[in-house]
Amino acid sequence: MGVRTWVEGWPVYRQLTGNDPLGRGTAAMSPWSENLEPRTDKADRVARSVCPYCAVGCGQKVYVTDGKITQIEGDPDSPISRGRLCPKGSASKNLVTSALRQKQVLYRKPYGTEWESLDLETAMEMIADRVVAARADTWEDRDDHGRPLHRTRGIASLGGATLDNEENYLIKKLFTALGALQIENQARI
Amino acid sequence: MVSRNSLSGPLDPAPDAGYVDPPPRKGFFTDTSVCIGCKACEVACKEWNGVPSDGLNLLGMSFDNTGMLGADSWRHVAFIEQARPIGAQSAPFADLPTGPSGSAAAAAVVEAGVVATGHAPGLGTRGKQEPVADAAADSAESATAFLGMPTATLPGAGGDVAARTDLRWLMASDVCKHCTHAACLDVCPTGSLFRTEFGTVVVQQDICNGCGYCVSACPYGVIDKRETDGRAWKCTLCYDRLKGDMEPACAKACPTESIQFGDLDELRERADRRLEQLHGSGVQEARLYGHDENDGVGGDGAFFLLLDEPEVYGLPPDPIVSTKDLPDMWRRAGLAAAVMAVGVVSAFVGGRR
Amino acid sequence: MAEAHPVGFQWVMEAKARGAKVIHVDPRFTRTSALADTFVPLRAGSDVAFLGGIINYVLQNDLDFREYVVAYTNAATIVSDQFVDVDDLDGLFSGFDPETRTYDSSSWQYEGTEGHEGDASSGESHGGATPSDIQRDETLQHPRCVYQVLKRHYARYTPEMVQRVCGVPPEKFLEVCQAWAANSGRERTTMLVYSVGWTQHTTGVQYIRAGAILQLLLGNVGRPGGGIMPLRGHASIQGSTDIPTLFNLLPGYLPMPHHEQHETLQQWVDDMRLPGQKGFWSNAGAYGVSLLKAYWGDAATAENDYCFDHLPRLTGDHGTYQQVLDMIDGKIKGYFLLGQNPAVGSAHGKAQRLGMANLDWLVVRDLFMIESATFWQDGPEVATGEIVPEECRTEVFFLPAASYVEKEGTFTQTQRLLQWREKAVDAEGDCRSELWFVYHLGEMVRQRLAGSTEQRDRAVLDLVWDYPTHGVHAEPSAEAVLQEINGFQVADRSPLSSFTELKDDGSTVGGCWIYTGVYADGVNQAARRKPRAEQDEVAAEWGWAWPANRRLLYNRASADPQGRPWSDRKKYLWWDEDKGEWSGPDVPDFEKNKAPGYRAPDGASGVEAINGDDPFIMQSDGKGWLYAPVGLIDGPMPTHYEAAESPFRNSLYGQQGNPTRKVYEHPSNLTNPSPPEPHSDVFPFIFTTSRLTEHHTSGAMSRYVEYLAELMPAMFVEVSPELAAERRLEHLGWAHIVTARSAIEARVLVTDRMVPLRVENRVVHQVWLPYHWGQGGLTAGDSANDLLSINLDPNALIQESKVGTCDVRPGRRPTGPALLDFVEDYRRRAGVADGQHIPIVTAGSSGRVDNEHEGTEN
Repeated sequence: MGVRTWVEGWPVYRQLTGNDPLGRGTAAMSPWSENLEPRTDKADRVARSVCPYCAVGCGQKVYVTDGKITQIEGDPDSPISRGRLCPKGSASKNLVTSALRQKQVLYRKPYGTEWESLDLETAMEMIADRVVAARADTWEDRDDHGRPLHRTRGIASLGGATLDNEENYLIKKLFTALGALQIENQARI
Repeated sequence: MVSRNSLSGPLDPAPDAGYVDPPPRKGFFTDTSVCIGCKACEVACKEWNGVPSDGLNLLGMSFDNTGMLGADSWRHVAFIEQARPIGAQSAPFADLPTGPSGSAAAAAVVEAGVVATGHAPGLGTRGKQEPVADAAADSAESATAFLGMPTATLPGAGGDVAARTDLRWLMASDVCKHCTHAACLDVCPTGSLFRTEFGTVVVQQDICNGCGYCVSACPYGVIDKRETDGRAWKCTLCYDRLKGDMEPACAKACPTESIQFGDLDELRERADRRLEQLHGSGVQEARLYGHDENDGVGGDGAFFLLLDEPEVYGLPPDPIVSTKDLPDMWRRAGLAAAVMAVGVVSAFVGGRR
Repeated sequence: MAEAHPVGFQWVMEAKARGAKVIHVDPRFTRTSALADTFVPLRAGSDVAFLGGIINYVLQNDLDFREYVVAYTNAATIVSDQFVDVDDLDGLFSGFDPETRTYDSSSWQYEGTEGHEGDASSGESHGGATPSDIQRDETLQHPRCVYQVLKRHYARYTPEMVQRVCGVPPEKFLEVCQAWAANSGRERTTMLVYSVGWTQHTTGVQYIRAGAILQLLLGNVGRPGGGIMPLRGHASIQGSTDIPTLFNLLPGYLPMPHHEQHETLQQWVDDMRLPGQKGFWSNAGAYGVSLLKAYWGDAATAENDYCFDHLPRLTGDHGTYQQVLDMIDGKIKGYFLLGQNPAVGSAHGKAQRLGMANLDWLVVRDLFMIESATFWQDGPEVATGEIVPEECRTEVFFLPAASYVEKEGTFTQTQRLLQWREKAVDAEGDCRSELWFVYHLGEMVRQRLAGSTEQRDRAVLDLVWDYPTHGVHAEPSAEAVLQEINGFQVADRSPLSSFTELKDDGSTVGGCWIYTGVYADGVNQAARRKPRAEQDEVAAEWGWAWPANRRLLYNRASADPQGRPWSDRKKYLWWDEDKGEWSGPDVPDFEKNKAPGYRAPDGASGVEAINGDDPFIMQSDGKGWLYAPVGLIDGPMPTHYEAAESPFRNSLYGQQGNPTRKVYEHPSNLTNPSPPEPHSDVFPFIFTTSRLTEHHTSGAMSRYVEYLAELMPAMFVEVSPELAAERRLEHLGWAHIVTARSAIEARVLVTDRMVPLRVENRVVHQVWLPYHWGQGGLTAGDSANDLLSINLDPNALIQESKVGTCDVRPGRRPTGPALLDFVEDYRRRAGVADGQHIPIVTAGSSGRVDNEHEGTEN
């Protein structure tokens, strides 16, 4: 930075020589202000999404920079929401980027008093073992009249209603094939 | 140039602050008659501007747990429960076995037939419970005589003046007013607070040194120092978004268009039309606030349509820019200095005699 | 609506700005009431009496939209002379068996068809059956025509009765009646919006039925600006019902087979389509077989009934509440919680937690460490000593879930609209989607069973489970799953465009018949996002609505029988004679080229039997049902019953509550006594629960989010100034609320928005609680759902969580084991401490208690 630039950048100089003699506007503008731009302008991509809270189905735009979500706001193109969001929808970035989110598997042994860590692969294998065993132990093949039952009542499931249709479809498909009919959802509640 | 109205009266502030050919002045028109109190504005503001949480305080001021504007709340939705009718709405509790109001303030409204509720600006401490809560509890306790017991007469037959028949629940989202004459800006010794090309008032965080002069200068009690970093913070009218031709986050989120963003001239016309419409439909209590260019701050960049007196919403009835009298003061100081100089000179002159 | 669906409420505000009158009926004054033109407070649990009163007002004053009613509803249909209404049976309909507390609905049938066996339980899955030849009297004069039956049924629901039961003053009630009637008809329509304030009752389905009857009478169904709008509470709760993870349903509302009724594929299909039946359910075989083909692919053949025997069979109620009681009784080994927090979100929290504490294993998948994962560590029962961590055997796996921006897929919103979400970022750490979890769990189970010769394992090994995966974590393709849901031709895998292309011969695959078309032309129609500014207000090119992208159901009714719009103002769909098709901005919910004058040939069945002026194409008579001869367990017409817990005796009939309601007599599930049982005065107040704008359901997506937690930072209870004075409750002080299940504490908000009501000539207080709190998260508090018992609607098995009775006391509740003693004392005083047998059938009993002498002890 040359001396001249330095002097010209000095607010008092600008105040005395420009047309902002009271030093309220142009003369006071800082480099921070000068270079300001909305962070969404820097987004690498924008995902078209839908709010995860209630069932109105407001459109959202999810802005991503360097693999991180930088902003989630309403999608003005949506004929449902016209770009607007309620406080929950407006807190979507806070929801998905919350420091309280669990990122690792945790495991509590029977009669345990603390959580322990467990790797995901092991947890999945253990769960698969338990599903197979519970099903075998509680299988009901026929009723008293010999009619097919083809089921287990040893396994139950309760799903939330923020699951995708595709997820619900696979849940229903797998558990039905397993004979586990006690599959329920928030939709019952 | 320093214009005649640089310190008070009507003014387009951006050209006055040295901007040549600036964009039209931007502002907010907050129509509280359609506010549903959802607080989307509070959250959208925090999400965009990275404003920290303001703490977990149950205030007991209806559904308002934010309390007031501050360094960590740039939007604040006030909730006011009043035992009085609203516009064309039919009396919700007519003919029900009600007793007197639960809050002392609201009970006073019923008795006196005047407006006396809400919380006054500056009442209570930030983040603390307001005294209105205790008063409400007292009032509830003292009202035992009416209550809850089976009575022989049919509801409403008693003509009991203390019974509640009406209720209105006012909600209003408050924000920095972006005054035409902004005292915060004028007292800022570092030039941190400045006028943008959009006519808005913004704290430049790379400059603010946390002196706090602005805090006491603001006639609305808006600007506030953040305890964790000492600097002053307030609504920027999403300066960065405006530069990118986006509307401020709160206005964009607002589900019912209670918060409207736009060119101030256009917003003022819209507000006039809305006021006329409300008056026409029987909502006589509707009025505009901060929209008069001749008021004590030269009109607000963020102005409101209210359904009651400003005090009810915690707004000062007649805000005056604290630097309004500066020219006078300077003039008087100048006069005094001149007189003194004359005196001194004449003393010397006289001395020569 | 402003409280729980603020962005949807923008349209109400817009309507209001254009002159619409907004009426809000609710036990408490909410943010919706603040913006409504008229607010009507009523007693929680009395809505059928209120709606019945409006129906009566409409019928007594001949305010129905007669031309619509005669042409489009079953008003003219003659009901069997064997039918006996509740007026003659003290609150019961004919056909009631007091032993089983069920109805034989054969006497409810239309004239001349009484022999038809009534299946009262099919309503939730598929249309009810009626014969195609039915007798009608279009003058509506026949004493047994539905119109006259309805008129008699509601005759006693007078404004005075409404006042007595609901606590609504007559002036207010008449204001609603007049506004509703005046804003219905040819030129105007009225919309009815409801939410779980209606469904979560032991008479929940009948609440909705009452709304439907009213809307049909006034001609507000199938027309723009009309209808009945359920505001559902979760992003894809509609989807979770359409593609159900519900025990009794298969995708597209096909019933899960029952061991007795559906031993064979043919029995199952016939029960859905009823041979000879009119309407689109006649194709049920195609829907069913295409689903079996989607599940079992090449293994599903005509010879093996398309693997129908692979489907598990129902033997009764296997719903979530039955499951919980079974867990307490040690009958269930493993439990999956997939984004759900029953420890806070389900009724009777203590039962939920005690159930989870008695499993072999529990898998919790969620974003945050929710209460349902930590019940063994810091749940309320740990404090009382009912759960001791060292003695609690449940093995718990917590698996972190991917959030909605970390995966792609569709949500179905409240108007049946599917919207595809693009993935924004990869999930971090061990976070995975449910799609990933289920797919890989399936792979692992299949590996373990590979080579098995057990017959039971065939269904797993035959399963079509070959979804392509991508990325480092081998994420299955959601788009591939959506394609299967849409369906395709087996021969060349070409996608289907409409459910009418589905076949029952094994040549098509269709995972959910009502969603067929979402992948029409091989394009993900749910991903369409043509900006609203570039299309009309129907916005048919934004997302995709089932069925067949129809945005307004039964929209044939928006035109008169001749196919002309009822009025210019309410023009939506009309018959274009020149083109020979239905025209308008929406996809017709009708055969596009079926003329209004079309009359079904004699002996026709199925779609062919639908006349050109039968708008209700899913109904077996093509009519909107003012009277439901089949399909409902608890009666053909809504009838006022008191809630399972009520301080009042039923004013209308000797039958106190819904006689068919689902009751679980289990030692852990005590119900507060209601008249005519003694001691109901121990719990003198009514409580109701609901949401706040600032929180979501069990709080799992809001109490852990700082910007939301700070907006509503503590559990509270709202009380009127009157109750505050009576019970010495201080604003911002503490109160505890007590039921036979538990006692919880909350901060007190004394507010004018809560008001006492005068019901049965005495004053009753209602309190209101949000149900978002539990011990976890940034803001912790007692859970309102701990107060609830488990009593269910018999049709939908949804719990009565919007009304109960309670006591309210100042100060904090006892803690530790003292809490149990405290509640036990209430149970003792209420007479339920040593078990309970609720006298459910009270019709005709002499035990009618004089109301003057009850409920005033306090």
